[in-house]
Amino acid sequence: MLEFDDIQHILLTRAPALNGRYEFLSFKNPAGGRAWLAAILDKVQSAKAMRESVDKEKRWVTVAFTWNGLRTLGVDATTLATFPEEFREGMAARAEVLGDTGANDPSHWVDKTASPDLHAIAILFARDAAERQRSATEHGKLIAECHGVEVLSSLDLEATPPFDYAHDHFGYRDRLSQPVIEGSGDEPTPGSGAPLKAGEFILGYPDESGSGPALPQPEVLCRNGSYMAYRRLEEHVGKFRDFLRENGKTREEQELIAAKLMGRWRSGAPLVLAPDKDDPALGADLQRNNNFNYKHEDPQGYAVPLGSHMRRMNPRDTAANMNRRRMIRRGATYGTYLPEGTADDGKERGIAAFVICASLIRQFEFAQNVWVNDRNFHELGNERDPIIGSQDGTLEYKIPKRPIRRKITGLPAFTTVRGGAYFFLPGLKALRWLAALDKAS
Amino acid sequence: MAGTSIKTDWTKPAALAIPKGGVFPDKIEKGRYGPIFPRTPACYGFSILAKIIPGREEVFYEYARNIEKTIAAQPDALAVLKLHYLRWVLFPIKGDMYFMYQGIFDTDFDKYTEDAVALFGATGINTVFENLEGFPKDWKTNAPAFVQFVREHQCPSFLEYGEYPYATADEIKKALRVKAALSEMLDQMQ
Repeated sequence: MLEFDDIQHILLTRAPALNGRYEFLSFKNPAGGRAWLAAILDKVQSAKAMRESVDKEKRWVTVAFTWNGLRTLGVDATTLATFPEEFREGMAARAEVLGDTGANDPSHWVDKTASPDLHAIAILFARDAAERQRSATEHGKLIAECHGVEVLSSLDLEATPPFDYAHDHFGYRDRLSQPVIEGSGDEPTPGSGAPLKAGEFILGYPDESGSGPALPQPEVLCRNGSYMAYRRLEEHVGKFRDFLRENGKTREEQELIAAKLMGRWRSGAPLVLAPDKDDPALGADLQRNNNFNYKHEDPQGYAVPLGSHMRRMNPRDTAANMNRRRMIRRGATYGTYLPEGTADDGKERGIAAFVICASLIRQFEFAQNVWVNDRNFHELGNERDPIIGSQDGTLEYKIPKRPIRRKITGLPAFTTVRGGAYFFLPGLKALRWLAALDKAS
Repeated sequence: MAGTSIKTDWTKPAALAIPKGGVFPDKIEKGRYGPIFPRTPACYGFSILAKIIPGREEVFYEYARNIEKTIAAQPDALAVLKLHYLRWVLFPIKGDMYFMYQGIFDTDFDKYTEDAVALFGATGINTVFENLEGFPKDWKTNAPAFVQFVREHQCPSFLEYGEYPYATADEIKKALRVKAALSEMLDQMQ
């Protein structure tokens, strides 16, 4: 039985928010950090509280900590040593494993998330911009009252128009393939597989191996917690649109190229089910738009290229132990919308998202290292993920086609990593335990 | 990340001398669980050497018979590891029995470590490792401990040779399939 009243809402629910704000915090002293946590605690909703109040609530708050943050709050060395090595090192130190090299290197990150001074994140999802402003002002007042707490950086999130469905700045429909946790009450959409054991995402429960990984100790700290990998990914919209125009003579050809990079038409319709022509009704239909596989339906990649983003991020029935590699994604777009036909204004816009999983090394890092950035994934030889892979202009992208495949050489980077960090997302009891660390001693 | 940028020519046999430690100091690639041993003309590989728990020798022979049956029943059981060959060897040193497990495959072991751990349990490969001195008892739930054991007992090559260097098992199988298809086509045309 999942402890809904202890699990932070972001793990199990998606807030109906059009706006948001991430604040990256640093604690100059343990007391300041604990005072901030103690004060914000009652604003952090559990999954249960969120579900009960979602219709009337206007904002949703999540807090999480880096390993340095836990240390600064006063967690003792013995406890700190029980956290897995990749979390202790932090995302910036794992740059080579993650493919964060070249332009993606942490030395270029713009939000100070690569700094060891990053200790915590406060995530706000707000129903609208006015509520975000109100909440941000309130949070600013709280921080001013907590001696030694500083905002290293912040990022405002904005949904991208049109607002009737979630999509990124490139125009791809998002949130189509999410794992469902057993016991969460959610039902997987057709093709999404059976619900997964909670331990794949929430610490303290059995996972798909039948048991569970070694957990950080004490139990009160780790139970109902999870790990979050934060990624701030700039999307180069002008460059992406130029690429489509350079590689497709007609509008239809350009849409097909966009679809071949992703594996879905921008409407969300999967190429396996709509290989030649977009089908927006299919793209919007959750009962149909995820209901496909690859091994028998598209083994050579004639519909969905073997190296496409969707095939790399979820190889479905063409990878082993898929149930041990799944991840929950949350997040939103940031930056202003660049209307079609408008020259790129050079402003940063993109996706700022969280990947939530029980093991960063087995789930998130595996996906980055093997699925996204292995040049030889599916024997492709010289490719990386065309959307989020580490691209330096020397790699290619192959689109299987009869009689002869199409090969695009010198694929540009459509995205650049601008920030990132590993966070531990404690349960509510653990948050209270952390806030009272001074009293425990 | 996969360092597969080496220009490969399967027609030209090649040898590669490898420095002490098994990696090239100026080209160390960081994997999730530690440095990745380089791809050579003989592909990726490992040679794990460890002392067996005294008196357990017979377990290894029983294990061999079980693996033979497992693979016969499910030929693709180890497909995820992208293997060419595996060799299991027992040999004595000064009265103690040692075990060598040598694999040649097409991807660095770091990438599919967790899949390997799962496979070890599913196919019974674990039964020999559990009879090695120092093997972590909690290996099923502790992939990092498993990896640490493997790394501590890995004896990297100092020289590797390939008669058809860098060719992958998939490429070889594709070539053999094309050859078989061509033979079949020619037979049909008689």
